[in-house]
Amino acid sequence: MSGALAFAWSGVLLFGLGLFGFIMHRHLLRRLLAFNIMGSGSFLVLVGLAQDGRGVDPVPHAMVITGIVVAVASTALALVVFRRWYRASGRTDLPEDT
Amino acid sequence: MSLRAGLAGLLCLGVTLALGWAVLERPQPAENLPERVAGAMPDSGVEHAVTAVLLNFRSYDTLLEIAVLLLAVVVALALREAQPDRPEPMGLENPLLRAVMAWLLPLILVVAGFLLWAGSYQPGGAFQAGSVLAAAGVLLRLAGVTTAWLDNAALMRTGLALGLLTFLGIGVVVMAPGVPFLAYPPEYAGTLILVIELTLTLSIGLTLISLFRLTPPYADDPDDARSDREARP
Repeated sequence: MSGALAFAWSGVLLFGLGLFGFIMHRHLLRRLLAFNIMGSGSFLVLVGLAQDGRGVDPVPHAMVITGIVVAVASTALALVVFRRWYRASGRTDLPEDT
Repeated sequence: MSLRAGLAGLLCLGVTLALGWAVLERPQPAENLPERVAGAMPDSGVEHAVTAVLLNFRSYDTLLEIAVLLLAVVVALALREAQPDRPEPMGLENPLLRAVMAWLLPLILVVAGFLLWAGSYQPGGAFQAGSVLAAAGVLLRLAGVTTAWLDNAALMRTGLALGLLTFLGIGVVVMAPGVPFLAYPPEYAGTLILVIELTLTLSIGLTLISLFRLTPPYADDPDDARSDREARP
């Protein structure tokens, strides 16, 4: 019980840290990293809470593994878009942020 | 600036505390999912619960996931700088790296095959095997090894779409006796899942490799890009 809570609270903490980084940073790469930290936090909450009470629940585990693959692909896509944006405009942030 | 940081800090602290409280006070789920999964395992065709959930009980999620991966590659292909289908050669001119590759590559392929096969009775499966395959592709690109079949655009695109097409095809074919989409008959479920996982592994690996290869190797200085564009007719 307490083990599941410890995992879930670590995930919540990661989510909060990622959110802070996402708000504070303007550079697109830093924002992407912060967003990934938020994602890892939510995965940790799902996996952590899946093992409390009535045995290990495989459904959240399957959801998280799907989520990890989608997160990797979307991160790679974001990097392709950022490089294209940098080559097109010479900026590493978005104009509406400054 | 410091006011902004303070406000953002307060906001994030509030969100974190609210989420922490929500985790502590979460309602017990009405349905006992682990028990339902355990009860349905004999009909799933595999022995590991996570694989059964991924590819049988909730295969819709996995189908849409491989569709999302394909979409990501298509967008990346559309957004790449005007370069021919064959990516520009790159890689470290390092004989040691190439020598290590010759040892590592067979090992990586064996590990990927093992992970794929192990998915039916222990943690493992198409995603893990696909990621290991993708690591092999990234290493090949970094070592500057060119492979004819990876540079063949038609072959690459077929491989990228193969996972989704096979998954969809099997999902539709099993509808013939009048069962819903993706409801495999229990006696063939194991074989069908293995075929789907095999093609998924290939497609996931190729997806991650192409996303890596679609970033051009040359220095991406915007001034270079501007002069490139002006030089081009």
